[in-house]
Amino acid sequence: MTDEGLDRRRFLGGLGAGAAALGADVAEAAEPAPGVTAASPAGGPPALAGYQFLNPDEAAFMEAFVDHLIPADALSPSGTELGVAVYVDRQLAGAWGKGARMYLQGPWRRGTPNQGWQSPMTPADLVRTGIAALDAHCRRVAKLPFERLGPDAREDAVAALAQGKIELEGVASKLLFDTLYALATEGLFADPIYGGNRDKAGWRLVGFPGVIATHAQDIETYRGRRYDAEPMSIADMS
Amino acid sequence: MATRLKPVDVVIVGMGWTGGILAKELSDAGLTVLGLERGVNRTTEPDFSVPMIRDELRYAVRHELYMDVSRDTLTFRNAARETALPMRRLGSFLPGEGVGGAGLHWNGQTYRFSPSDHSLRTRVKERYGAAFAPEGMQLADWPMTYDELEPYYDKFEYMAGISGQAGNIRGETIEGGNPFEGPRSRGYPNPPLKASLSGVMYEAAARELGYHPFPRPAANMSRAYVNPDGMSLGECQYCGHCENFGCEANAKASPHITVIPAAQKNANFSLRTQAWVTRVDLHPDGKRAKGVTYTDVRTGEEFEQPADIVALCAYGLGNVHLMLLSGIGAPYDPDTETGVVGKGYCYQLTSTVQTFFEDRNFNPFMGAGSLGVVVDDVNGDNFDHGPHGFIGGASIINATTHGRPIAYRPLPPGTPKWGSEWKAASRHWYGRSTSIGTQGSNMASRGNYLSLDPTYRNAFGQPLLRLTYDFTENDFKQSAFTTKIAHDIGRAMGPTHISPLAPKSSSYSIVPYQSTHNTGGAITGHDPKTSAVNRYLQSWDVSNLFVVGASAFPQNAGYNPTGAVGALAYWTADAIRTRYLSAPGPLVPA
Ligand SMILES: Cc1cc2nc3c(=O)[nH]c(=O)nc-3n(C[C@H](O)[C@H](O)[C@H](O)COP(=O)(O)OP(=O)(O)OC[C@H]3O[C@@H](n4cnc5c(N)ncnc54)[C@H](O)[C@@H]3O)c2cc1C
Ligand code: SF4
Repeated sequence: MTDEGLDRRRFLGGLGAGAAALGADVAEAAEPAPGVTAASPAGGPPALAGYQFLNPDEAAFMEAFVDHLIPADALSPSGTELGVAVYVDRQLAGAWGKGARMYLQGPWRRGTPNQGWQSPMTPADLVRTGIAALDAHCRRVAKLPFERLGPDAREDAVAALAQGKIELEGVASKLLFDTLYALATEGLFADPIYGGNRDKAGWRLVGFPGVIATHAQDIETYRGRRYDAEPMSIADMS
Repeated sequence: MATRLKPVDVVIVGMGWTGGILAKELSDAGLTVLGLERGVNRTTEPDFSVPMIRDELRYAVRHELYMDVSRDTLTFRNAARETALPMRRLGSFLPGEGVGGAGLHWNGQTYRFSPSDHSLRTRVKERYGAAFAPEGMQLADWPMTYDELEPYYDKFEYMAGISGQAGNIRGETIEGGNPFEGPRSRGYPNPPLKASLSGVMYEAAARELGYHPFPRPAANMSRAYVNPDGMSLGECQYCGHCENFGCEANAKASPHITVIPAAQKNANFSLRTQAWVTRVDLHPDGKRAKGVTYTDVRTGEEFEQPADIVALCAYGLGNVHLMLLSGIGAPYDPDTETGVVGKGYCYQLTSTVQTFFEDRNFNPFMGAGSLGVVVDDVNGDNFDHGPHGFIGGASIINATTHGRPIAYRPLPPGTPKWGSEWKAASRHWYGRSTSIGTQGSNMASRGNYLSLDPTYRNAFGQPLLRLTYDFTENDFKQSAFTTKIAHDIGRAMGPTHISPLAPKSSSYSIVPYQSTHNTGGAITGHDPKTSAVNRYLQSWDVSNLFVVGASAFPQNAGYNPTGAVGALAYWTADAIRTRYLSAPGPLVPA
């Protein structure tokens, strides 16, 4: 997808230089993750396919969004290839998305930032409302949905969202970003049993060994030395 | 209509650390004791088995073992001029729910408060003069001294198998321990945990700067241990899944493997779970409790449980909530500074210094809940506050607790939050970073208090507890002073990058997790006009009601609370056994 006819200034909607892209230059991949390259997507069982909650438009947004946060490069396949969009979908479809373990009674007031979440929506409703509002915003300023924006324009949109600088209908942009960002990073680093972190690629990325953790000797043996082990997930041990 | 049940000698509300200790001690004394717990019962096997328990998302992010705020929560505002709004999801602190309470999923960092913490008002007056405390600060002494509580601290530490290095045994300073601690009657039951690389580096840097580092006292067992009640604990595996999780190895002292099964050896103790206590019932004169009313949350049925003695062990916040809901004691009024219930709510000020080392490897996933090295030189009254103009202090800690990757991915300031550069930096720094934290005291202040909310209600139709709270100038000065020292030690470790100096300097937010160290609200004192409970944690107003927990602290210190909470629970149980039973009634004349 290209930057077709898109003027970045126009996209920013007069936000000024403050919303310039955060350093988007790709770092040299000095240390490729073992056994994982962009050319050969993660091995292991195939990622779960299909969506329970997201409709096709929402799914297209979510895939583009997680791929922007987690691009394919020498260190890992893309967020979508790692199942991150599926992870987000399953969370939104499940109890968490429906507001389990949240106090959802009114009356409702905006509140101060220190008072935290005061939206009357469940997380799933908030994400659905937010995606629609962001889509409307992108179509208004760029004449294209988010997923069809070029990389620079996407970066601008994500950065502006992160800084709470986009006015969205019905939802605060910062809250939407924080919710989506938390979901995407969970999808990369949570146990693969939830649908993301395919083949433990997120764990391989940082060097987290997973669920086996009997380190009473290791803490001395490996003091100051790198401990490398094939990461183990819940499914590996079940 | 509530069903009336057979009377018992003692009913205990809440089966966490304090409830478990009272259950054991009072059932040993031959009393019929009933424990009521709102949550479910969990056992190490099968509830904490591997691999299921090592699920960061489920336990640490979605908070499976904690209080379910859809049923009961509290409302919060920074100041009385704001409208308090519900804490709609957990954040700043994480109250426990279920047998074992927050003892199931704590870290196990187990300190004693210092002698000056227990006698703070007197100490400040003597050393700095009465005018030193700022206007609005409600500085108070505990009505019992450190020396009086020492045997009870000792009892808690032996029951919980604390791993640590004593610094002061009967007045003799011991090399390698905390030289500032109060005299202890004997050393810890277990040696300290094994040090991590960052602990070794922090210790050397702190010593170099003239501070006195010591291993953090831990309820993670440094070796297999059998406690004085005959309960067995395993050896800690440095599994990096301690806080927020139950321990698969039974190596973290928790009520569910210590005091509660010890109480269950007594036929006169029984435990009822999923029993949500909604109020303490009083006799018409309001001076004695009849017992408690609870709802069986499986059926919705209501029961009246009569008892000669009622002990509130429902975590500090729950204790205060139940007192207010039951009309026990005069609610605190911040405008007139009269009333006592809800007064003295305190929290803690925390700050972090993150360091990055290009040429080091810390293996952050090899850690234990309490593994760390502590500097206490600027805690409590261990230094001269005169030139600094504040009261209090902080413990300064290098911790090696976990490397769970949803939460733990330290990055140097200025690193992008997404994209390839972010991925590469996350990979690069994951094993090359360590942090230094301050855990600072918090003084009671006129405008900080707990009360009932006028608008919002829980699942039982009762008003939520309302928290009105903000940090104060005194405590910001404390954080600025102690964070600077943490930063100095961090620099002395020789890092490639260090985070900028960031003491706590903005108002309190209920959103990010800080600590589950909520204190006050039913404070202990000498005078019924200024405190809710007497020195035996007995209500001044209702003499067969004991209110046990950090709710009793008149202000909060720069330590984790549970060493002091455990000591208070043993102290109260002892007072009930040796003083109250022979002469039921007020143990201290009002
Ligand atoms: C994540 C975390 C980490 C911690 N780490 C440390 C640490 O390292 N060091 C330290 O010193 N402290 C730590 N703490 C704090 C420590 O857990 C508490 O100080 C300690 O558990 C308090 O004991 P308690 O008996 O007062 O409350 P709890 O142990 O919480 O027990 C209270 C019990 O009462 C029950 N209850 C409440 N209301 C009702 C009701 N109405 N009816 C029936 N039952 C009720 C609750 O369900 C709960 O089981 C930590 C806490 C958390 C959450
Ligand atoms: S760190 Fe040690 S005490 Fe904590 S859960 Fe793991 S094994 Fe248990």
